[in-house]
Amino acid sequence: MATYYTLEFEQPLRTLEEEIAQLKSRVDALTTGQGPTGTGLPEDLAQAEHALAERLSRHSQTMAELYKQLSPWNTVRVARHPSRPQGRDYIELMLRDFTELHGDRRSGEDPAIVTGFGRIGEFKCLVVAHHKGRNTQEKLRCHFGCPHPEGYRKALHKMQLAAKFGVPIVTLVDTPGAFPGLEAEMRGQAEAIAFNLREMSLLPVPIVSVVIGEGGSGGALGIAVADRVAMLQHAWYSVISPEGCAAILWKQANERTNSQAATALKLTARDNLELGVVDAVIDEPPGGAHRDKVLAARNLERWIVAQLESLTQLEPAELLERRYQRYRGLGSFDLAKQEAPVPG
Amino acid sequence: MANNRSMASITTAKAARSWSDLRPERRSQVPEGLWLRCPGCGQLIYRKQMEANLHVCPECGHHFRIQAGERIHQLADAGTFEAMFEDLRPKDPLAFEDLKPYAGRLKAEQDRTGRPDAVVAGVGFIKGRQAVLCSLDLGFMMGSMGSVVGETVTRSIELATERKLPLIVVSCSGGARMQESTLSLMQMAKTSAALARHDRAGGLFVSVLADPTTGGVTASFAMLGDVILAEPGALIGFAGPRVIRQTIRQELPEGFQRSEFCLKHGLIDKIVHRAELRNELARLIDYAGL
Repeated sequence: MATYYTLEFEQPLRTLEEEIAQLKSRVDALTTGQGPTGTGLPEDLAQAEHALAERLSRHSQTMAELYKQLSPWNTVRVARHPSRPQGRDYIELMLRDFTELHGDRRSGEDPAIVTGFGRIGEFKCLVVAHHKGRNTQEKLRCHFGCPHPEGYRKALHKMQLAAKFGVPIVTLVDTPGAFPGLEAEMRGQAEAIAFNLREMSLLPVPIVSVVIGEGGSGGALGIAVADRVAMLQHAWYSVISPEGCAAILWKQANERTNSQAATALKLTARDNLELGVVDAVIDEPPGGAHRDKVLAARNLERWIVAQLESLTQLEPAELLERRYQRYRGLGSFDLAKQEAPVPG
Repeated sequence: MANNRSMASITTAKAARSWSDLRPERRSQVPEGLWLRCPGCGQLIYRKQMEANLHVCPECGHHFRIQAGERIHQLADAGTFEAMFEDLRPKDPLAFEDLKPYAGRLKAEQDRTGRPDAVVAGVGFIKGRQAVLCSLDLGFMMGSMGSVVGETVTRSIELATERKLPLIVVSCSGGARMQESTLSLMQMAKTSAALARHDRAGGLFVSVLADPTTGGVTASFAMLGDVILAEPGALIGFAGPRVIRQTIRQELPEGFQRSEFCLKHGLIDKIVHRAELRNELARLIDYAGL
């Protein structure tokens, strides 16, 4: 477990983990006949082993319970866990024969979005993935997963390449949001995202998208217009970060208001499934994807491959019509019965 | 705020409401009255004269923010505008509650503005050229885009595609509406997808940007115009200056994200004075051969 990022709600687990560590060394000590005695721990091997087994099962039970009822704000924290697998992790764990392609052919190369061809299951695909960076240097290069306009333009450039050769597209979303900065604005951040939204709606190949961590607003949607969209169990997806929302609507961002905003925004996977914004929630390993990256990647791969199997059966025209209707139907409003007033 | 004026009386173009009813204009602490201080030049100007001048300061040309009804009134040939999609009413799908419940906010805004939501759309003529006209309304929850705004804009686009009419959307908005969360976000994809079809069908879309146009509205239909026009001095951007300063503590140059800055960086086609907007739109419609 990373000690530099502690989840408060995991306190009961940490207590158990300490006990487990002590009991383990006690079992070792009793087995080898070496080590301290008289520390209040069981003196008998069978007893120690029994206690250890009991703690281990309590640990997995507690973990399952904690993660089953994560509050929205704690979900955001899990989604931001520094050990949580990122775009490149899933690419390494899911794709075979990956070949990365760089650059937007206009102004630059943005490492916050990774693009390239690879193979998943029986399919060729083009993968487009946010990447936050796994160490400090990489994080700085990737701007912590906040893409610049060239990232979105690179993504579209490669997706159009895939479309040209009939290769399906897989996008993995994990960003706090598109980068808010002077240069990003100067180079047309808004236009870059808007253009992706427009053009992705017409790419005549299957597009499958999964929010694997943070789904921060337009920065997420900019690579997430797809035929099927899913979220990992502990990912979040929202129009604004809880902190941003709290700062505006509660006039201050602190633990309490962030938590209230996270709840109000209905940003969890289950909420977004209910709203119809995503089509599926993909289970994570017990205790979150960061505890078992391999299993997390396997679950993700299985869902993506299943979608590609059904989507590749569709004719492009049918695919595009369904994609249009998928977004056309999103929104919630009433129709007034009486004749409305005439403005203007 | 909620001074229950009847709906019909407020939605007429020449309503008593004026710029000061709109929310936060910079240095807008000017008392209601015959005279007001222009935030552009600081001069005391005669309100009626300013209003008669298309809500532009007669001294310095500062473009005051205007409500959607006034916008349509200024753009369409007199008596030609036919409002549409007015039966759409916002809902509260998330049961959203911050310091106030969203349902209550909606009700208060509806009572105050006489509009169901932050948009007006319909068909009208501009110098004799028929077009689909749509304008966001900054006076209603900062012109933010929730489901009703997204649906109205989408229907306007689809109508323009279907009838092969030019499409003109005037944007002024704080962005996607937080209170509908991802459903608001999805309006960005919905409107953009409709514009994709309009584009491929050979339709013309002129996007007009007024002060301010930010966030999810900029990052969707507002930036997808075949031609993008902006009013002078309008703030246009994805992340607002305050967000940028707070998030990355970057010093921002004078005039950052104003129309003139955007023009210099190639983000928009042209800055058009309000008095020239009808001419410019008519000209573009003619060049597109529609």
